[in-house]
Amino acid sequence: MKSFETNLAYSAGAHNAKPYLQIVDVVKKFGDHTAVDHLNLSITKNEIFALLGSSGCGKSTLLRMLAGMETPTSGKIILDGEDITHLAPYERPINMMFQSYALFPHMSVAKNIAFGLKQDGLPRGEIDERVEGMLELVQMKKYAHRKPFQLSGGQQQRVALARSLAKRPKLLLLDEPLGALDKKLRQQTQLELVNLIEQVGVTCIMVTHDQEEAMTMAGRIGIMSEGQLLQVATPGEIYEHPNCRFTAEFIGETNLFGGHVIEDEPDFVRVQSTELPRPVRIGHGITGTLGMPVWLSLRPERVGVTRRQPVSHGNWAAGTVSDIAYLGGFSIFHVRLDTGKVVKASVPATRWREEAAPIWDEPVFVSWADNDAVVLTQ
Amino acid sequence: MMNRLLSLRDSREAAARGARRSLRWQRALPRGRSLVTAVPYGWLLLFFLLPFLFVLQISFSEVEIASPPYRALVTRAEDALHIALNLGNFTYIFGDPLYFDAYLGSLRMAAVTTLICLLIGYPVAYTIARAPEAKRNTLLMLVMLPFWTSFLVRVYAWMGILDNEGLLNHLLLSLKLIDAPLALMHTQLSVQVVMVYAYLPFMILPLFSNLVKLDGRLLEAAADLGCKPWKSFLTVTLPLSKNGVIAGSMLVFIPAVGEFVIPELVGTPESLMIGKVLWMEFFDNNNWPMAAAVTIVMVALLLVPIVYLHKREEKSLARAAKH
Amino acid sequence: MNGKNISGFGKLSLSLVFSFLYVPILILIAYSFNASKLVTVWGGFSKQWYTVLFNDDAVVSAFGLSLQIALLSSAMSVVLGILAGLVLARFGPFQSKSLFAGMITAPMVMPEVITGLSMLLLFVEMQQWFGFPAERGVLTIWVGHVTLCMAYVTVVIRSRLVEMDRSVEEAAMDLGARPLKIFFQITLPIIAPAIASSLLLAFTLSIDDLVITAFLSGPGSTTLPQLIFSRVRLGLNPEINALATITVLAVTVLVIGANRVMVKAELRRVRLAAAT
Ligand SMILES: Nc1ncnc2c1ncn2[C@@H]1O[C@H](COP(=O)(O)OP(=O)(O)OP(=O)(O)O)[C@@H](O)[C@H]1O
Ligand SMILES: [Mg+2]
Repeated sequence: MKSFETNLAYSAGAHNAKPYLQIVDVVKKFGDHTAVDHLNLSITKNEIFALLGSSGCGKSTLLRMLAGMETPTSGKIILDGEDITHLAPYERPINMMFQSYALFPHMSVAKNIAFGLKQDGLPRGEIDERVEGMLELVQMKKYAHRKPFQLSGGQQQRVALARSLAKRPKLLLLDEPLGALDKKLRQQTQLELVNLIEQVGVTCIMVTHDQEEAMTMAGRIGIMSEGQLLQVATPGEIYEHPNCRFTAEFIGETNLFGGHVIEDEPDFVRVQSTELPRPVRIGHGITGTLGMPVWLSLRPERVGVTRRQPVSHGNWAAGTVSDIAYLGGFSIFHVRLDTGKVVKASVPATRWREEAAPIWDEPVFVSWADNDAVVLTQ
Repeated sequence: MMNRLLSLRDSREAAARGARRSLRWQRALPRGRSLVTAVPYGWLLLFFLLPFLFVLQISFSEVEIASPPYRALVTRAEDALHIALNLGNFTYIFGDPLYFDAYLGSLRMAAVTTLICLLIGYPVAYTIARAPEAKRNTLLMLVMLPFWTSFLVRVYAWMGILDNEGLLNHLLLSLKLIDAPLALMHTQLSVQVVMVYAYLPFMILPLFSNLVKLDGRLLEAAADLGCKPWKSFLTVTLPLSKNGVIAGSMLVFIPAVGEFVIPELVGTPESLMIGKVLWMEFFDNNNWPMAAAVTIVMVALLLVPIVYLHKREEKSLARAAKH
Repeated sequence: MNGKNISGFGKLSLSLVFSFLYVPILILIAYSFNASKLVTVWGGFSKQWYTVLFNDDAVVSAFGLSLQIALLSSAMSVVLGILAGLVLARFGPFQSKSLFAGMITAPMVMPEVITGLSMLLLFVEMQQWFGFPAERGVLTIWVGHVTLCMAYVTVVIRSRLVEMDRSVEEAAMDLGARPLKIFFQITLPIIAPAIASSLLLAFTLSIDDLVITAFLSGPGSTTLPQLIFSRVRLGLNPEINALATITVLAVTVLVIGANRVMVKAELRRVRLAAAT
C-alpha cells in the first residue's frame, strides 16, 4: 500500500503544477434534477485521481461528461489547453473503461484491443505491434484469440483496460474499475492496476464508491455529494483533516459531537458539547468567534480506554461499556457516557497485555489528546 | 509577457475550433437520425394510416357500376365543388339485423376463443416456464412450431378430421359410439375448435415470456410463510402474470374478431362472421362502399382494445429499458 | 422462475395440448401418402400425390411467385424494421413518437381483412390520381406484406436493442468510431441472431399470407396460399395434403435449425453476462 508520505508529496506537487485537465463550473441537469452542480476541478499530468461518493451523487455523470457521452448544461472542460466541452466522444483524446467492461462480444481479445487503433487508421503493422504490446502489458498474450465470454471476470477487466490504454489517451477514465470483481480479487487487482497505470504514465480519473479502493489507488481523492465536490485532498489529509461532517463520516468511522466555542486563545480553543460532560480542549487554533457552532470529529483509534481516570490527557469522560465488537487485531468498544452519547473506541489487542480487557457494563474512562479531535465548521 | 499572450491566443483558437467542430457534429447527428426516422415513418403513414382515410371517404360513398365501383365524394360541376356525403351504408349496417348479428357473433366467437385459449394456454405456459431450463427451450419450440407452419395448412388439417365423412366420424362409428355420422363440419362448433387451434400459440407465447420472468423465490417465500400451493398461485403467480394474461388475450381477441379464413372454410353459411361479411360485400357483391363502412365500424370497435394493448406494451418496455 | 421437475398436472396438460396441436398435422401428413382419392379412407401407401403435385404447373408457378414475393418482402421489412427498432429503442423522444409506435404495433393485431381492404383502396385512389400502380400485382402485394412483416420485425429487433448493453456502443464511440460505423461494426453483429430470426419470421408470414394478398393481387398473380385456398374451398384434396406435408417439413427443418443457432448465441450471451 502506498504510504501517506508519498501521497502527501504527490499532492504538494499537484497543487503547484500547471493543470492538465480543468473542469470549470460544470453543471448537468436531467430535467429539473441537478446531477452535477457547479463543479470545479483541476487535475495535473500523470495524476491518479479518484472521485468518491455515495450512490447517485453524480460521479458517473461527471465521468460521462468528460468522455463526451453527456453534454454539460453549462460550464467548460479544458484538456491540455483545448476546450473539449462540445467535442463528440469519438473526437476526444480520452478513453474510458466501463463499469461493465463493455467488451465487444463478437470480437476476439486482440480485435477488441485493436478496435480503437483501427478507427485512427493506423497502418496494420503498427496496430499489430501496439496490440502485442498491450497484451503483454496486461499479461493476456495467451488469450489473444479468445472471445470475451471465454474469459473470467478478472481477465475481462484486464482486456478492457488494455483496450482503453491502446490509443495512448491523454486521459484515462475508469468507472468503478473493479466493481464487478469479488472482494478478494479486487484487493489483489488494485495495486496491479496502479502499477500498470503508472508504468504507462497516463493521467487517470477513476470513480468508485469503495473508499479503500480510492485510498489505495489514488494520489488525490475528491469527495462528492449531491453533485458537488466537498473536499479534494490526498487520502491522508482527507482522513486526518476532513473539512466537513459529510467527509468525516463518509471516510472511515468517526465520533461526532456538536457544540460551540467557549474559549478562543491563540494556541488552543475550548469547545463545549452537550454530549460531553466537560469542555474539550483543542490544541490547534481555529479562526472563529466565541459561541460559534462547531462539530468535533474524533476517530475511534484516537480514543483510549482506561479503568482509572486518565491524568496525561485533559480530555476525558466517564462511562460504561455497552458493547464490544471483537475484530481480532483490535476491538471496538462502545462506551456509553453519562450524557447518553455512545463513543466508539478502537483499541489494539496489544493494549490488554498487562491487564484484562474491560467487559460489558464495566465502568471505564475514554480519553484523547489535545490534537486528536478535528473541528468542523460545516 | 509575449508568451502569455501567445498561449492565450492559442487557447482561444482551440476553443473556437472546438466550438466549430461541435456545431458540425451536433448538426450531423440529427440529420442522420431524422433520415433513419423518416423512412419507416413515411412508409407507415403512406401505407398504413393514409389508407384508413380513403376507407373512411369511400364508406360515405355509393355503389356505381364503374371502375372503381363507387361514386366520387367530391365532384366538380358548373365550377362548384359538390360534396355528396352518403350515410346510407351506416344506417343500413345499424338497421339490418344481418350486420348486427354478424358483429355480435364475431365478438362472441372471439371472446369465447380468447377464454378457451386462456384456460388451455395458462397451464401450458406455466408448466413450460417452470420446467428445468434444459427442457424449457425444446418445449417452447414445440408449442411455437405450429405457429410457424402455414395457417391455411392448419385449418385444412381440421377439415379432414371434422368432415361429415371425416376421420372423427369414422372413428366414432367404428367404435360404435354413434350410429349415424354427426354433422360436425360447418357448424359453430367446428369454427370454435379451429379458432382455438389456430390462435392458441398467440396466447401461450406472451404468457410464457411473462411467467418465465417470475421469480421462483417469491413462491418459495410464500410457501415459507405458510401459503398452500394453490393459494400462492392465486395470490402471487396470477396477479403477477396479469400483464401476460392481458397481452395474450388481446393478441387473440383482436385478430379473431375479423377472422375470415376459418368461418369461410369450416363455418356455417347462415351465421356469418363480420370478416366474412366484409369479404362477401367486397368480392361477391362488389359493393366497395358497403365493405368500407363495415371496416370503419370494425375499426371503431377494435380501436379501444388496440390502443389499450399498445399502451400496456409501451409501459412494460419502458420498464424493461430502465433495468 | 426455475422449477426442478414437471409436475404430474403439468405433464398431463402438456401432453394433452401437444396432441391437440400435433395430431391434426400428423394425420394430414399420413393421408398425403394415401393411395385412395378419398381423403378420409385409407387405401394403402402411395406416393402418387407427390407426383401429381410436382407436375401441376399451376402449383409450381404459384410457388415461384410466392417465393419471390416472400424473399423481396422479408428483405425489405427487415431493413425497415431495423430502422424502426432503432428509432424506438435508441432515439430520444420526439413529437408524434407515440403515433409512430402505435402504427408499428397496429398491423400485427389488426384483422387482415381490414389491412387488406384499406391498402387496396389506397392503391385504387393512387391509380386514379397518378396512374400508378397501373395494376395490382407483385408490387402491391409486396407493399402489403412489407407493412405486415415490418411490424413483427420491429418488435423483435426493438426488444433485443432494449435489452442490449448500451455501454458496448458507448465504448465503441469512446474508442473513436462514428455512429454509422458503430451501427455496422458493433450493433448489427451483436443483434444478428435477432435479425436472422426476424427474417425467418417475415419470410414465413409473407409466404403464408392469404387475406392481404387476396385484396392486393391482380388477375395475373396467384400466390400459393391463394391457389390452396381456391382448391380447399371446393373440398378435401389429397394433392393439397402432399403440398401441406412438404411445407410442414420445410418449416420444421428451418425452425429447428434456426433455433439451434439461436440457442448457441443465447448461451454465449448468458455466459458473458455471468462472468462479469
Ligand atoms: N440519463 C439520465 N436521465 C435522468 N437522470 C439521470 C440520468 N443519468 C443519471 N441520472 C441521475 O443523476 C444522478 C446521478 O447519477 P450518476 O449515475 O452520476 O450517479 P453515480 O454517482 O454514478 O451513482 P452510482 O454510484 O450508483 O453509480 C442520479 O440521481 C441519477 O438518477
Ligand atoms: Mg455510477
